Amino acid sequence: MDFISILSIFVMACFVGYYVVWSVTPALHTPLMAVTNAISSVIVVGALIAAAAAPSTGSGQAGDMSKWLGLLAVVLASVNIFGGFAVTARMLAMYKKKDRPAPKAEAK
Amino acid sequence: MEHVATPAWAMLAYLISGVLFILSLRGLSSPSTSQRGNRYGMIGMAIAVVTTLVNHSIASLPEILAAIAIGGAIGWVTARKIKMTDMPQLVAAFHSLVGLAAVLVGWAAYLNPQAFGIAGPDGIIEAQSRVEMGLGIAIGAITFSGSIIAFLKLAGKMSGAPIMLPGRHIINLGTLVAIIGLTGYFMLDQSLWVIATITALAFMIGFLLIIPIGGADMPVVVSMLNSYSGWAAAAMGFTLHNTAMIITGALVGSSGAILSYIMCKAMNRSFISVIAGGFGAEAGATGGEAKEQRPWKRGSAEDAAFLLGEAEQVIIIPGYGMAVAQAQHVLREMGDQLKAKGVRVKYAIHPVAGRMPGHMNVLLAEANVPYDEVFELEDINSEFAQTDVAFIIGANDVVNPAAKTDKSSPIYGMPVFDVEKAKTIMFIKRSMGGVGYAGVDNDVFYMDQTMMLLADAKKMVEDIIKALAH
Repeated sequence: MDFISILSIFVMACFVGYYVVWSVTPALHTPLMAVTNAISSVIVVGALIAAAAAPSTGSGQAGDMSKWLGLLAVVLASVNIFGGFAVTARMLAMYKKKDRPAPKAEAK
Repeated sequence: MEHVATPAWAMLAYLISGVLFILSLRGLSSPSTSQRGNRYGMIGMAIAVVTTLVNHSIASLPEILAAIAIGGAIGWVTARKIKMTDMPQLVAAFHSLVGLAAVLVGWAAYLNPQAFGIAGPDGIIEAQSRVEMGLGIAIGAITFSGSIIAFLKLAGKMSGAPIMLPGRHIINLGTLVAIIGLTGYFMLDQSLWVIATITALAFMIGFLLIIPIGGADMPVVVSMLNSYSGWAAAAMGFTLHNTAMIITGALVGSSGAILSYIMCKAMNRSFISVIAGGFGAEAGATGGEAKEQRPWKRGSAEDAAFLLGEAEQVIIIPGYGMAVAQAQHVLREMGDQLKAKGVRVKYAIHPVAGRMPGHMNVLLAEANVPYDEVFELEDINSEFAQTDVAFIIGANDVVNPAAKTDKSSPIYGMPVFDVEKAKTIMFIKRSMGGVGYAGVDNDVFYMDQTMMLLADAKKMVEDIIKALAH
């Protein structure tokens, strides 16, 4: 993909983000932060590429180093992915509607 | 060698995962759809990971699976065990991990550019990729060190008070300019020292940026770091030409930016003034000038219980103090008792109450308060005139009328609850000594209809519950 196509996707996604996030109810702002945290760990894609690569020819040491950095990044991103989604799920499960009608006001 | 062409199916898969991430945020527009949204997010992530693994020849799969298992286990256990009141520091800690991961990925790409398809066989990295890489590493490093400081402050492992270095604005600006300059220079020279210096300077500025910011400005800081972690992911997405990363980065980046904006607006402060830091340090001297001792009334739990039991409508205003005292569960119990007596109970939440956006909502949800009893500032503020008791627990600045009347007050212009319109105000506070975060005296303490309930918030609410039971 050329730079302009990528930039277009980016700019469009910023607009989508703008409208989607404004529609999030303020009561869910904490879960919003937790879930955005989880999804920003999509950076794991880059970490996986580094971890999966065979050390490149000619620069064996740098290649090895790159692989280990990648593996470490996979660990960190996995903490976030599992932790972020799990904690969001835990929070969201707590939000409940009134399950029973409030008792009518009695005469005092 | 040009970019390794990603097969069309893989590009499509990344696009789908990007769309699923959009839907996961979209689900948060209402609590009833939010859980489904979260599942979309998980599916999106799974697609991205599997696509990457299938699409690249893997030298050693067991190592990667082990890395995922280790990280996943740590994350999952932490998420299960964490107390809801500790959520702000958990989020800060998670942000720091995203930041560090971005730095590591950037470095990995620098060291083995062929694997990422951004360099020819001679190892010369494309100029454009170098800039993206430099930016990704810099933003990631700022996110990392900034979040570490935010975490330490939120977890109380470091004083929440602003730490002011002399000449810090000059130092910060200089560092920032140096980072940008070096990133530009990196285009010409891909030497190790350039990228190493960028990394080091970015770690440093993240640290310097957050230490002067005080505890109650943390909602802005946490949102801002949230935003940075998104931009870091986006920058890496540009390097890797990966749609899922770019869409996600843009989503998270705008999300954090919007939250910062909402928080700043709720404090009537500009983003710049929050970032410049130091709020709450000087303010005490200007706003809290020694006023003469004014009379105030102290109430007991029994008095409070009697008035609450007689009320038609009670509005409860929680603040950070409720989180500190872990009083949300007893508060809900008190609410239940009042409802059983026919009192209408509502909860009113200020956007900046607590230490992160939505902090109070989560705690009330944890205590089983139905979310349709919880209201935002603008939705409930007109109701105080028809309210018998405004019950303030652990909040202070957000009910201070000085924000409406006193132009010299540091919180002037901040939207606040009109509690003074309620027939009775109950104010739970540890002692008369302390003032709110802004360091301003609060006229509400001395109003005729105010009853000060001086005690630990949890203890006081427990006593009120006992008295109500009689």
